[in-house]
Amino acid sequence: MSNKKHIKLNVNGKEEEFLAEPRELLIYTLRERLNITGPHIGCETSHCGACTVTINGKSIKSCTMYTVQAEGKDVTTIEGIGGPDDLHPLQEAFKEHHGLQCGYCTPGMITRATKLLEENPNPTEEEIRFGMAGNICRCTGYQNIVKSIQAAATEMNAAKEAAE
Amino acid sequence: MKDEISREERVDNLKGMGCSRKRVEDARFTQGKGNYVDDVKLDGMLFGDFVRSPYAHANIKSINTEAALKVPGVLAVLTAADLEPLGLHWMPTLAGDKQMVLADGKVLFQGQEVAYVVAEDRYAAADGIEAVEVEYEELQVLVNPFEALKSDVILRPDTVDENGKAVDGAHGPRNHPNHIFTWEAGDKDPTEEVIANADVVAEEEMYYHRTHPCPLETCGCVASMDKVNGKLTLWGTFQAPHAIRTIVSLISGIEEHNIRVISPDIGGGFGNKVGAYPGYVCSVVASIVTGKPVKWIEDRMDNLMTTAFARDYWMKGKISATPEGKITGLHCHVTADHGGFDACADPTKFPAGFMNICTGSYDIPTAYLAVDGVYTNKAPGGVSYRCSFRVTEAVYFIERMIEVLAIKLDMDAAELRRINFIKKEQFPYKAALGWEYDSGDYHTAWDKALKAVDYDGLRAEQAQRVEDFKAGKTRKLMGVGLSFFTEIVGAGPVKNCDILGLGMFDSCEIRIHPTGSAIARLGTISQGQGHATTFAQILATEIGLSADSITIEEGDTDTAPYGLGTYGSRSTPVAGAATAMAGRKIRAKAQMIAAYLLEVHDNDVEFDVDRFVVKGAPERFKTMKEIAFAAYNQAIPGIEPGLEAVSYYDPPNMTYPFGAYVCVMDIDVDTGVTEIRRFYALDDCGTRINPMVIEGQVHGGLTEALAVALGQEIAYDDMGNVKTGTLMDFFLPTAWEVPNYETDYTVTPSPHHPIGAKGVGESPHVGGVPCFSNAVQDAFRAFGNTHTNMPHDHWRIWKTANELGLHD
Repeated sequence: MSNKKHIKLNVNGKEEEFLAEPRELLIYTLRERLNITGPHIGCETSHCGACTVTINGKSIKSCTMYTVQAEGKDVTTIEGIGGPDDLHPLQEAFKEHHGLQCGYCTPGMITRATKLLEENPNPTEEEIRFGMAGNICRCTGYQNIVKSIQAAATEMNAAKEAAE
Repeated sequence: MKDEISREERVDNLKGMGCSRKRVEDARFTQGKGNYVDDVKLDGMLFGDFVRSPYAHANIKSINTEAALKVPGVLAVLTAADLEPLGLHWMPTLAGDKQMVLADGKVLFQGQEVAYVVAEDRYAAADGIEAVEVEYEELQVLVNPFEALKSDVILRPDTVDENGKAVDGAHGPRNHPNHIFTWEAGDKDPTEEVIANADVVAEEEMYYHRTHPCPLETCGCVASMDKVNGKLTLWGTFQAPHAIRTIVSLISGIEEHNIRVISPDIGGGFGNKVGAYPGYVCSVVASIVTGKPVKWIEDRMDNLMTTAFARDYWMKGKISATPEGKITGLHCHVTADHGGFDACADPTKFPAGFMNICTGSYDIPTAYLAVDGVYTNKAPGGVSYRCSFRVTEAVYFIERMIEVLAIKLDMDAAELRRINFIKKEQFPYKAALGWEYDSGDYHTAWDKALKAVDYDGLRAEQAQRVEDFKAGKTRKLMGVGLSFFTEIVGAGPVKNCDILGLGMFDSCEIRIHPTGSAIARLGTISQGQGHATTFAQILATEIGLSADSITIEEGDTDTAPYGLGTYGSRSTPVAGAATAMAGRKIRAKAQMIAAYLLEVHDNDVEFDVDRFVVKGAPERFKTMKEIAFAAYNQAIPGIEPGLEAVSYYDPPNMTYPFGAYVCVMDIDVDTGVTEIRRFYALDDCGTRINPMVIEGQVHGGLTEALAVALGQEIAYDDMGNVKTGTLMDFFLPTAWEVPNYETDYTVTPSPHHPIGAKGVGESPHVGGVPCFSNAVQDAFRAFGNTHTNMPHDHWRIWKTANELGLHD
């Protein structure tokens, strides 16, 4: 269509370039155009956080952001956080502490948690609960998600200390 | 051969039953590599979506699809007129009724499917939907079942004769065109007599509001008709893939062997994904029409407004007792709002599910239950939202009636429960409404719970709080919520449980590979419960191979044995039993192989953890790994090569998990805000397979209970408009609203289950809802409150406080 926009953005370290209608949502671009299916669709109203990605250092719900708004920006999804050979401590911790059940919220949950721990490497339980309140989980009751994030924080801080 | 490691180490290496084995599912989920239905992508795949009715009750005067068909990317628009020649414009429901696939002349609820637009992608489908012109003629809307039963407006002209008189339905006579069925259990006259002559009678009316399971992933499917081979493949969010295959075959006429149903990873179910929905039928038809795969995925509004509501029971109870508090009789009447079509997901013979477990955990000699189902202008559904067929309603009813009776008797509600519990020695216990409870030890669980929370201390603190409140020293009240529940799960025995004529057995098929690893396939399907982890643990213990060497596979009807799926906490009670039984068949053959290899008689070897040993000579043994290899490389006289087994398990009875919950809540009288200070949950699910997974299930179930009790509802206005169609209005708790839970347990194994397990996924929801609700109501007991309806959101609690004069 004639009103298509030329878009360039960086997703998980890879430059992507394509034409898209202005109304195309970022979650659609990721999932349908780029086959990055880690982020999920849960509500399409910014409430559930299953679609959470990181854009230029901020947690963003990609179901309510137009792709044109991400022009020129750096997007990180769960796929860019850690894979089979380099799991992120949060990915390890969620496995270790039963921080997930059906797994549908998990990519968004972990993606958000990476930012939370960047913003606040030593969060209290209350700060974790508040900082994660934009991500809904229907299975776990959050108790083990909180535990997972606490464990990852401890692990990451210990690793940082050891490196210094 | 010398044993290198200790027996204890061998047990640990198995990772069998009883250990908190880490989940094997989590590697892919934490890396974003789950494979959910919306992740399924096929060449040339199209996308289908619905034109939905904005009205709750209207005639359809015309549908014009001309403009829509001109929209770029739109390939087809299906209406009832297109489906009628195929006989697919209506479909049977699980409850013996039928349901429109696409609106046939009229609509009965807001959001009802009117036309199905097939397009190249979602955006084109949305454009097409905008362009479909539908002319409606609004009709009088009935959203209240009591009014519906008095109204002259006939919602379902297809269910009346030429004189407008209701014809008999699937569950017997109907007394009004908007009436669906009357279902009774127990003894009416004796119960009424006991209550009429009782010393003490408490009565209450309560509304268990309509809500929705709302898994984070909505419903959806991908239908792919391969016209060359005549094979239909249907991926979807199906909690019962085999049943869906049979239903699709029955309604489409495609032979069942030509249909392959696949449930990939499912993002939570909670009952939402049991039923068959118009989206599935339309996608199949669209794939046949276009010759291309067609995907349909609900958005959140579609999900909340149309597929699978839960509850909506208006319950009226009477309970009688002696002056000392011994319960003598229970009477319950339910007016059940089923919406526009009766699409409840219950076993055929139980149109009100297992509501007749409503005598709860108590020894009640006489009881009677009657349920009237009613059509209204609301969405169809009536699924078991994290419970086994209306057990949530039943447990809420009895646990509220107990509280109301305690108020009437001026008695402590914990003590009233204690003196009425079914005693340990009474099991198996035949309840007045028909069920035979397999096992239980309620007093032990109750005492443990009350001691753990220092119940007497809580009551003393609460009394002091009331004094302080009255003296103007605080504006916060304290509630102590109690609940003791008995679930009835594991449906169920084929003799009385079927869905659409399909017996509710389940199955497991095991293949042991030559090198001593295995694959097992089941008729169930995990939606987050962790079957791949826990069923492997059952097998590890049964067959002596490490759980890490056992792959569990579910959800593909071409490979998995037939089963009725996962809902109603039936996986462990039924498929778990099949798994153990199939494992025992493997073991029996392994015993013969071991005896041959050890050159002794079959009876001279015995199973020990991971091997067969010669009795009295433990140094002589064959490990299961060795036996597996022998099964493939030795010619053993009288024994077929290979090591495989299959079991179809028809449970002799249901299982009856139970539990004791206590919630301590503070309530701000001026804002209605609740704060859960403490929640203690003791669950007895029989034999415990994986404590970590059990605990996770309890946390999740309690959180869904909190949601339902404290704010979650599907609300309608008088025009039948859904007021809670997005997550803005429909309450899903976040980490911020949810407390930490304390979990505890007792173990009373099921006597009839091969490993004694009872199921746990739904218990916390079933027991949790009354516990949260009782906490709210208990806070106001000292001020004259007997009952207020859920959901107890801040506004309603404030109103209760206001009505009780606490703001004066």
